[in-house]
Amino acid sequence: MVEFREAIVTALDEELAANENVVFFGEDVAEPGGVFKATPGLRKKHGDRVFDTPISELALTGAAFGSAVTGLRPVIEIMFGDFMPLAMDSLVNQSAKYWFISNEQQSVPLVVRSAIGAGSRLGAVHSQTPVPWFLGVPGLKIVCPSTPNDARALLKAAIRDDNPVLFFEHKRLYSLKGEVDDDPVELGTARVMREGADLTIVSAMVGVHVALEAAEALARDGIEAEVIDLRTLRPLDHAAVAASLARTGHLLVVEEGPRTGGWSATVAAEIAEGSLHDIDDLWRLTTPDLPIPFSPALEDAFLPGAERLAAAVRSRLVSRSG
Amino acid sequence: MVDSGPADALLDMYRRMRLIRDFEELVQALFLKGEVPGTTHLCIGQEADAIGVASALGDEDRLAGTYRGHGVALALGVDPQALLDEMLGRATGVCGGRAGSMNVIDLSNRLIGCFGIVGGSIAAATGAALSLKRQGRGGVAVAFFGEGTINQGYFAECLNFAQVLSLPVLYLCENNRYGEFTPYEDVTAGEVLDRPRTLGIPAEQVDGMDVVAVRDVAEGAVGRARDGEGPQFVETLTYRFVGHSRADPGAYRKQGELEEWKLRDPLTVARARLVDELGVDAGEVDAVDREIGAQIDEMRSAGLEAPLPDPALLAEASEFKG
Repeated sequence: MVEFREAIVTALDEELAANENVVFFGEDVAEPGGVFKATPGLRKKHGDRVFDTPISELALTGAAFGSAVTGLRPVIEIMFGDFMPLAMDSLVNQSAKYWFISNEQQSVPLVVRSAIGAGSRLGAVHSQTPVPWFLGVPGLKIVCPSTPNDARALLKAAIRDDNPVLFFEHKRLYSLKGEVDDDPVELGTARVMREGADLTIVSAMVGVHVALEAAEALARDGIEAEVIDLRTLRPLDHAAVAASLARTGHLLVVEEGPRTGGWSATVAAEIAEGSLHDIDDLWRLTTPDLPIPFSPALEDAFLPGAERLAAAVRSRLVSRSG
Repeated sequence: MVDSGPADALLDMYRRMRLIRDFEELVQALFLKGEVPGTTHLCIGQEADAIGVASALGDEDRLAGTYRGHGVALALGVDPQALLDEMLGRATGVCGGRAGSMNVIDLSNRLIGCFGIVGGSIAAATGAALSLKRQGRGGVAVAFFGEGTINQGYFAECLNFAQVLSLPVLYLCENNRYGEFTPYEDVTAGEVLDRPRTLGIPAEQVDGMDVVAVRDVAEGAVGRARDGEGPQFVETLTYRFVGHSRADPGAYRKQGELEEWKLRDPLTVARARLVDELGVDAGEVDAVDREIGAQIDEMRSAGLEAPLPDPALLAEASEFKG
């Protein structure tokens, strides 16, 4: 069994060893080994290809861009996803557009790792999930693993990908343990985590575990939920969702993020447009359109949990069948 | 007293400045006829910066420019016809018509890109310097930017980043006295050179209307960066003879200021040195002017006849490589 954070450092270690053009830098990542202890030992093993930077998100993202179009394959860490607005110009206006507007002279092989997500009592600006901010930016890939195995395989795939990839690590997953194998995983592919005939629940990251827990509770009531882990949110594997919906007829999309403008809305729209005849029901469970609150009493109520999810499914199925 | 060097070298620099000047005037003329879509930012008056710096660069070096980037593109050897065709939105443009005036990219000619966002060039060159340092072949990255950029986050963050990592980069600040429509002193505290000096980056000022002076200072700075002395900073004192962009008549200029600067037109300065100091026959310089004039006439015709891009590419192109 391997911890999620070990899977991260293993992937980085293996890719640094495999390709001398891979470099890794960020705030407190080298000597200190990362504030989430996800990168210890890399500096010692790989020397000056792993280094600490000033607290300058724009500079380190810009430097990653400039180095990626001139021969390196940089991996950087933005300590918290909430800091990504500081790096926005370089990611959105430089990295994301270069391949297309250069008339395909050169792509931008860079990876931005960042710790994201709520539930750690860190308040409004250390808990967000930055996916919606980047969802509407062509040229970016957004990867959101839920298991140690996917964390390792997808981070390796991200580093080998020739395009800019945002790789989000949910803070509440770092201590999760799981089996790890050597099979590669392709970016942009969803995975069925649990089969079921009665409805499809689609999520990512912590939401997948919430959905699996809810599915077990629902099974005790005779409701069999299929759970799909999207794993990559851009590009998003709509085909996998549509295929499951064709079997179950009911689709629930669970997103840790605001109701307005999120990836769950995109899934709902794509499915509504492409699979209308398969839909008996389609709805979303998200967080409210509010900043993330600090107090545990508020934050726990804010996040979509397994009990609430199971209750929502029960009442929805009853109301629809009644 | 600046050493003018051989007459041939200066005549060559004169020829290349004349190409930029005539190119810009052609773009302006075509713009007024409605043939150049969108907007343009011309560098008329600032030709000596582009040619002086490019004359100090070698094959391993890289340069990032701004949205006022036609001059550096031509100085680096970007095909003038392909550059003009890009302005005209043609398929034969250097970026296939995908980029336009503000975002020209030509890696095969050492141009990492021209960046439409103020400060973007600084990030690109800083990152390229990271690559060049790792590659160990002595390459130096150059960032062109205007004095208005020194109030941007990119400037503060990247200069420190480059200095602590001792990157081989030249920060080339073209001080044309106006950030868009606003005089430098109205919106900027202190002097340009104080900022790099505060970080310990060697910084000097040069007459940006004298191509020989710019070349000599650039050669020194690039040489020090190449020799491992870390980032270097040069401020050129220059002036744009035209508005910031298409819609700007330059009403903010002080009375008589433009006329005063035009007396020191970089082409006039270079011509005087050629004829008065180096004994070049004025007829020889006139012949260069005629030769470039003829080239520009041909380019104009070819550009207007060049094919437009096929909209079918929008369905065929991918936002990603691979």
